[in-house]
Amino acid sequence: MLSRVADSIFWMSRYIERAENVARYIDVNFNITLGAESDNPLQWAPLVYTTGDHELFKELYGEGERDSVLRFLAFDDRNPNSILSSVNAARENARTARDSITAPMWEQINRFYLMVQSVAKSGAALHDPNEFCDAVKLNSHALVGHTYTTMSHGEAWHFSRVGRLLERADKTSRILDVQYYHLLPSINDVGSALDLVRWNALLRSTSALTMYRRVHGRIVPDRVADFLILDRDFPRSMRFCVMRAQDSVSEITGSRPGTFTCRTEQLAGRLRSEMDYTAIEDVIREGLHEYIDRFQLLLNGIGEALQADFLSPADHTKTPILQSQRQA
Amino acid sequence: MQYQAQGFDETFTSEGQPRPACEEFYRRLQMIGPDELGRRQQAAELQFRNAGITFNVYGHEDGVEKVWPFDIMPRVLDGAEWSSIEAGLRQRVMALNLFIDDVYNERRIIKDGVVPEELLRTSKTYRPEMEGFSPTHKAWCHVNGVDLVRDKDGQIYVLEDNLRCPSGVSYVLENREVMKRSFSQVFHGVSIAPVEEYPEKLLQTLQSVAPPSAHQPLAVVLTPGVYNSAYFEHTFLAQQMGVQLVQGSDLAVVDNVVFLRTTHGLHRVDVIYRRIDDDFLDPECFRKDSCLGVAGLMRAYRAGNVALANAPGTGVADDKAVYAYVPQIIKYYLDEEPILNNVPTYLCGDPQQRDHVLANLDKLVVKPTNESGGYGILMGPQATDEQRAAYVDLIRSNPRNYIAQPMLQLSTVPTLIGDRLEPRHVDLRPFVLAGEEVYVMPGGLTRVALNAGSMVVNSSQGGGSKDTWVLRN
Repeated sequence: MLSRVADSIFWMSRYIERAENVARYIDVNFNITLGAESDNPLQWAPLVYTTGDHELFKELYGEGERDSVLRFLAFDDRNPNSILSSVNAARENARTARDSITAPMWEQINRFYLMVQSVAKSGAALHDPNEFCDAVKLNSHALVGHTYTTMSHGEAWHFSRVGRLLERADKTSRILDVQYYHLLPSINDVGSALDLVRWNALLRSTSALTMYRRVHGRIVPDRVADFLILDRDFPRSMRFCVMRAQDSVSEITGSRPGTFTCRTEQLAGRLRSEMDYTAIEDVIREGLHEYIDRFQLLLNGIGEALQADFLSPADHTKTPILQSQRQA
Repeated sequence: MQYQAQGFDETFTSEGQPRPACEEFYRRLQMIGPDELGRRQQAAELQFRNAGITFNVYGHEDGVEKVWPFDIMPRVLDGAEWSSIEAGLRQRVMALNLFIDDVYNERRIIKDGVVPEELLRTSKTYRPEMEGFSPTHKAWCHVNGVDLVRDKDGQIYVLEDNLRCPSGVSYVLENREVMKRSFSQVFHGVSIAPVEEYPEKLLQTLQSVAPPSAHQPLAVVLTPGVYNSAYFEHTFLAQQMGVQLVQGSDLAVVDNVVFLRTTHGLHRVDVIYRRIDDDFLDPECFRKDSCLGVAGLMRAYRAGNVALANAPGTGVADDKAVYAYVPQIIKYYLDEEPILNNVPTYLCGDPQQRDHVLANLDKLVVKPTNESGGYGILMGPQATDEQRAAYVDLIRSNPRNYIAQPMLQLSTVPTLIGDRLEPRHVDLRPFVLAGEEVYVMPGGLTRVALNAGSMVVNSSQGGGSKDTWVLRN
C-alpha cells in the first residue's frame, strides 16, 4: 500500500485511541470528585500530567482547577492532544485515506467528529462530562468495531492496529505512572491503608476493574501493577499491546517468527520477548517509575522506527526496485 | 398543488398539467403531504451530512468543506428525448477527439480552412509539447462533462464542453443513493435508467487506454490533495473503482517509467486518471513551481509507458472560442449534421462580431474563454452600467479572451423551498466516457439555482443539485 496512506491510517487510529483515553481519564476523575468532601483542586492537576501536556497547560491556564482542566483536555484546540484536536486530526487523516478505508469507517469517524464539534460548541459537557465521555468511548469503540468487521485484515488493517496499540500502551503506562505515584509515593508503602476509591478509579480508568477482580480478587497494589503491565490477556495491558503490535508488524513484513527484516520488527520483538520473561518482582526491583520510563522510551523507539521503515521511507528511487522487500 | 411555472418547466406544461413523462411521478407525489416531503428532504440532508459528502469552497473562513446541497424533487427526462441527446453527445465527443488528434498532428482542418490557425495559435490551452503525439485509440478526452441547458423554446443547447477535469459525477451517484434511501416511495413503479454502472465503465475506459505492453493495467487516480474543491469526488471515484488515490508525492519516475511509493517499495503504474490541470502535471515540462505533479511524468508519457486521462493538451478543444466551431468540426470529421445545437456565440476576436457584442452588452452574456466554475462572467441584462463599462475595457484589451452569447431563459424544475414547491432554474451535465468505446451515462448532474430567478447554478456560487431520472419507456 502507499506509504502516505499507511501513515494516515496509522495516525487515524492512534488519534481516535488518544481521544478515547482522554475521555476515560476525565470520566473517572469526575466520578471520584463526586461525593468527595470538598472539591479538591489538586484532584484535577494529575490528569494533565497523565497526558504529558502539563507545560502547555501551565502556559495557557496557570493553576489547574476543574473547569480549566476539563476545557483543556476536552475542547481546547490549542492543545494538540485534546479530544477535539485528536478527533479533528483523526478525521483529517481519514479524509486523506478515504478511498482506502471502508464507507462505514469513514461515516463513523465523520459522525464522531460532528458529535464532538457540536458538544464543544454547546459547552454543556463542562458541567456534566459523563455523557460526553461515554459518547466518545462509544464512538471510538464503534470505529474499532467497523474496522474489525468491514476492513480486510490486510496491511492497512495492521497499520491501523499498530497505531491503536502503540497509543494504548503509552496511555496505560502513563496513567499507571502518574496515579501510582499519587496513590503510593513509594512501593514500600505496600500494606499501608488503601484509598480504595482511588484504586478502584485507577483500574476503572483503564476499564480493568472487572477483569482484575476475576484474576486477582482483592485490590493489592503490586497485583494491580502486574495486571496493567504484564497481563497476557487483558487488552489494555502494556504487554498485550506490545504483543499484538509485534504480531501486526510481522504480518506487514511477512517475516518468520523469531526473525526480523527491519528495525521496527527488531525493536518490537525485543521488547515483546523482554516482557514475556519479566515478572512483577523484576519491575518493582527496578522501580516502577524507572521501569515505565524505560518502557516509554522503547515504545517511542518502535514508533520512530515504524515511521522510518514504512511511513516515510527514504527516497526509494535510489534503491533497487523490488516488487517486494519480503525475505523468506 | 399550487405551482406556477414561468417559462419552460421540465415537470409541468404551461397549463399546469404534468408532462407525459412526469405523470406517474406526479401521481405518487400527490399521495405525499407537504409535511412528509419536508421530512424526506431533512432525512436526505442528514444523510449527506453524516456521510461527509462535501465539496470545498475556496476562500471561506468557516471551514472549507460544505455539505453537498441537494433538493429532493427529481428532474425527469423522457426516454425518447434522452436517446437523441445521447446520440448528440456521442457524436460531439467523437468529433472533438478527432479534432484534437488532427490539431496536434496533420492539421487537416486548418489546411482546409475550416478552423483558422490564429485561433489555435492564441489558445492558452494549446500544448506545443503534444505535437506529433497520438494516445492509444487516438482518444484524448476520455472523460467529458457537457453542459446542456433548455431554453424557453424547449430546445436543448450545448452551453459548453468540459474536457479537462470535469467534476460532478460522484454527486450523480450519491444523489441517486441518498434519494433511494430517503425518498423510496416515489421510485416504486417507475423505471429509471441506472447510473450505478459508471465506476465500472470508467475503470474499463481507463484500462482500455493503457499502454499495450501492460497485461493487467494498474490504474490510479491522481489528486492535488484534500484542499482541492473536488477532493471528495477523487476519493469517491478511486474507492468505487477499487484503485488507489495518489498525490504527486506518491509517484516517482525512474527511467521513464512511473512508480508508486509503497510500504513494500516501488510498483509500476500504467494508467493515471489525473485530476490535476496540465499546468501542474510535471514541473519539468509545464509550470516549474508546481509541487502537485510528478517530475518526469511527461517523459514517461511520451515514451508510451503510461497513459494519462484526460490526455495533456485536451483543453484546446474546450476553449470557448473553439466551442463556436464545434458544429463545423462535427460536419468536417463525421460528415453529419450536429444533433445538439450550440448556443449562438459571438467571438470577440473577430472584429465584426466584437462590434456587435460591444453594441449589445445589455442583452448578452460575456464569458472568458478559459475560466470555469462561473468565474469572470458578465450577465449583461442584469449588470450595472459600471460593470458593463468595465467589460468594454476588458474585451478591447484582450478580445481573443472573450465570447458572448444571448441570455438564455433556463428551464425550471419544481424545487422544495420551505414547505412549498417553487420553480427554480436548472442545467444538466451529462458525462461521456471515451476510450476504446464511448459510453454515455444516462442523465447526468442536474444543478439548480436555489435563489428565485437566478440562473447561476454553480455549487461554488450557491447552487444545489437534484437527482436526474431518465425514464425507460
